[in-house]
Amino acid sequence: MQQALEQPDVIGSEFVSFFVGDQSFCLEISQIREIRRWSPATVLPHAPDYVLGVINLRGSVIPVFDLSARLGFGKLTPDERNVIIIAAIGDQMIGMLVDSVSEILSLDPDAIQPRPNIGDEEVISYIQGFASVDDDITRLIDLEAILSPSSKLVAE
Amino acid sequence: MSAPNTIRDTFFEECDELLEALTDGLSELEDGTATDDTVHAIFRAVHSIKGGAGAFSMDAIVAFAHAFETVLDLLREGKIVLDSGLLAVLQHSSDHLNNLVEDGRSGTNRADSGTTSILASLETYLGDTVKAGIDDQSDDFGFEAITFSLDEPIVTEEPGRTTFEIEFTPTADLLKNGHEPELLLDALADLGTVSVRVETASVPDLRKLDWQNLYLSWHLALETTADEDQIREVFEFVEDLCDLDIAELTKESAVFDIPTDADADLETDDTDTLPVQETKPRAAAPAKKTLRVDLDRVDRLVNVVGELIINQARISQLIDEAEISSSSGLPSELEAYQNLAREIQEGVMSIRAQPIKPLFQRMSRVVRETMMASNKKVRLLTDGEGTEIDKTVIERIADPLTHMIRNAVDHGIEPSEKRVAAGKDATGNIRLTATHRSGHVIISISDDGAGLNRAKILETAMSKGLVPQDAELSNSEIDNLLFLPGFSTAVEVSDLSGRGVGMDVVKNAITSLGGRMSITSAPGKGSTFSIVLPLTLAVLDGMIVQVADQTMVIPISSVLETIRPTVRDLDAIGTKNWMLRIRGLNVPIFDVATQLGLRAQPIDYKDQVLLLVEAEGLGQFALAVDDLSDQRQVVIKGLDGNYGAIPGISAATILGDGKIALILDPDTLTMSAKPGVHSPHMTTPKGEALHAASA
Repeated sequence: MQQALEQPDVIGSEFVSFFVGDQSFCLEISQIREIRRWSPATVLPHAPDYVLGVINLRGSVIPVFDLSARLGFGKLTPDERNVIIIAAIGDQMIGMLVDSVSEILSLDPDAIQPRPNIGDEEVISYIQGFASVDDDITRLIDLEAILSPSSKLVAE
Repeated sequence: MSAPNTIRDTFFEECDELLEALTDGLSELEDGTATDDTVHAIFRAVHSIKGGAGAFSMDAIVAFAHAFETVLDLLREGKIVLDSGLLAVLQHSSDHLNNLVEDGRSGTNRADSGTTSILASLETYLGDTVKAGIDDQSDDFGFEAITFSLDEPIVTEEPGRTTFEIEFTPTADLLKNGHEPELLLDALADLGTVSVRVETASVPDLRKLDWQNLYLSWHLALETTADEDQIREVFEFVEDLCDLDIAELTKESAVFDIPTDADADLETDDTDTLPVQETKPRAAAPAKKTLRVDLDRVDRLVNVVGELIINQARISQLIDEAEISSSSGLPSELEAYQNLAREIQEGVMSIRAQPIKPLFQRMSRVVRETMMASNKKVRLLTDGEGTEIDKTVIERIADPLTHMIRNAVDHGIEPSEKRVAAGKDATGNIRLTATHRSGHVIISISDDGAGLNRAKILETAMSKGLVPQDAELSNSEIDNLLFLPGFSTAVEVSDLSGRGVGMDVVKNAITSLGGRMSITSAPGKGSTFSIVLPLTLAVLDGMIVQVADQTMVIPISSVLETIRPTVRDLDAIGTKNWMLRIRGLNVPIFDVATQLGLRAQPIDYKDQVLLLVEAEGLGQFALAVDDLSDQRQVVIKGLDGNYGAIPGISAATILGDGKIALILDPDTLTMSAKPGVHSPHMTTPKGEALHAASA
C-alpha cells in the first residue's frame, strides 16, 4: 500500500479539496500557492485543448489548464464562479481551472489508498490515490502527471 | 562533486581573477609593456593559485604551479633571461594551469596528460646550478599560509577600532582660563593611538608675538575603540574655549599614517612651531572595489525591476485614461517616475553586464592550442576587451566563438609557406573585436587568410544536394551556404575544427540569443565573421501588433519595413498563397493568425498591414497582421520555464494593462505547425532559463 505512493514526500496531512465534473479531487496544501477567481487568459497558439492560455500572476507568466478537459470530463466553459488553483512543483507554476473549491481536509497519510488499477480512463493516470471522506471519496491529484505531456499509464 | 561548498567556489572565482592577472602579465611581457612589477605579479598569481589549491588538496594544480612558480622565481631574480622561447613556455604553462583549474572545478582530469611534457619544458630552464638552490627553497613555497583574500587590503585594525579626525583650535581664552592643551592631548592618547600635527600658520612674526596668546591649532588622528562622546568628554571643560571638529574617518579617506607608537610623535609643547608630521596621501592606488553577489539575487532584482517597468507603464496608462489635467503636476511627476524607473533598470542591467575580456583571453588560449596542433603561425589581436555584455550572453557565446576561432586558424589562415608565396607575413593575423553599436554588441572575427573558397563551397553544397546543380548564387549567398546544416568544407575532418559541428550550430547558438551572423570575404585577403548580439536578454524593442483580436509583439530588429499594400501589390498563387510585390521583388506572405492557428483562413491582405521581415534560410517574406499600434520597450518573460516552446512564439511580455502579449518569432513562424499537435513539454523546464524568465 505504501510503496504504491510514489512520492511520499509530497504527502502531508492537509489537503485542499475541489470539484471537477461533480467529483471531489484534492491537492496537498503545500503544493498550492493561491486560489484566484477566473479571469480570461491569453490564448497560446498550437496548444492542446486542455490549455486555456497564460495569465499574469504578479508579473509571472503562468499557464492555465482546464482540469476538467485534462481529466477527460470535457471542456469547461469558464465563468465568474470558477476558480483557478495556482500550484507549484519546484520552480514550475501552473494554474488549474476547477469548478469550485470546497474545503481543507485533514487526512492521515496512511488513510490514502493507492491508485486503483481499473480501466484506462484518462483520469486514472492523473491521480495518485484516493481517500474516504465521510460518505464520499476524494481523489488525490498527481501534479506531475498533470504537467507532463504524456499520460502516466503510457509511461509505465 | 562534493556538496555545495562556498569556500571552494570562492577559490575558483579567485582563480579566475588570478588567471586573468596571469594572462595580462604574460601579454605585457609579450608586447614589451612589462614593468618591474609584472614578473612579480605573475609570480604572485601562480603562487596564490598554488596556495589555494593546496588547501583543497588539488595536487595536480599544486605540483604544476610549483614548477611554474619556480621558473618565475628564477626569472624575477634575474637568474634566467626572458626570451621568446621562455615566453612561449610560460604562456603554454599558463594555458595549462588554466586547464588544470578548469579540471579542478569540474572534477575531471582531462588536462593531466599534458602535464608531463610541459613540466619537462619548464625544467629545461632550471639549470643544474640553480636546481639545487631551488630544492632548498622549496620549503618556502610549500609552507605559505593560505589566504583567500589576497586581493583585499589587509585589515590591521582590531575590530571596533575607528579613526577620528579631530581639529582642535583653541581660542586665546583657553590659556587664560588655565587650560593646558598638552594635558588634553595626553588624555586623548589614553583613549587610543594618536598622531598629532601642529598647525603653525597663524603664528605671527616673532616681533609681533603676544607670548600670552595661543596661535597654534592641532590636527589629530585618533585610532580608538572609544566613541565620539568619549572624545568630546576630554574636551568637556574647554568646549566653549575652542573650535572643535570631530569626524569619524572611513578607511579610504584616512590621510594619516597612524604610527603604532603614539608617544614618539606626541610632542605637544606649545612652543614647538614645527609640524610634527606631514600629511601623506596613501601611496598605493586602491584596487577597484568589487562585491561578490550571488547571481540569483541579481536575477531576482532584474525580475522585480521588470515588474516596476510594467507597473509604471500601467500607471501611466491609467492616468492617461483618467484624463487628469496637466496643471495638477501629476504628469510631470509621472515623467520623473518614468525616468527613475528607467535609470533603475539600466543600473540593474549593468550589474549583469561584464567585460568580455576573460572570454577574449580564453580565445587567445584557443588560438595557441589550435596553432600548435595545426602547425600554423597565428597572432591574435584583440580590441574592445572592456566591452560589457550580459553575463548570460557571454557564457553562451563562448562555445560558438571558440569554434569560429578554431575555424579561422584551421581554415582561414594559410600555412606559412603559402602565405610567404602570396607575399604575406608568415604569421597570420586574427583580429577579434567587440564594440557597442546602437543597443547591440558586435563581435567580429577577421583573418587575413585566403578568404572563402567560393568555388569549393558551391561545389560542396551541390554535391551534398544543398543547392540545385544549376543554381546561380551571388557571392554572399554562397558565403551563407556555410551556415546550412550538414555543410563542412574540410575534405579531411581535422582534429580541430571538424568536431562534427558545423557553422550551422554556431549560427543557431547565436540566433537563440537573439543575435545575427554575417560573413564578408575577399579572395586572398581574408574573411570576417560578424556577430550582432543584443545587450541584454531582458528587454527588447518591440512593435505592438494586433493578430486575430490578440495583442502581440514583434521585435523591431527583425522588421525591415511596414507596408499597407494595395491590390496591385498582391498576386495570388493558387487559392491560398499570396505574394507581395515590392520594388520588383516578389516575396511570400504569411498570415500570422493563420500560422498560429488562430484563424482558419487568411483575411483579405489588402485590409492588413504587412511587415517585411527576413528570416534565416527563407530570405525576405512578409507577415500579415491586422493592425499596428505602437513601438515600445517590453520586458521579456520566458515561456519555457512554466510551459514549453511554441513555434512562432519566442516569449511573452506583460503590457501596461496587465494583459499578457506573446512575442512573435519570425524565424519559426513560417514553419506551420498543425493546431493541437504541439503539446507543452513541461517536465523539463530549462535549468538555465533566461534571467528574465518568470519565476
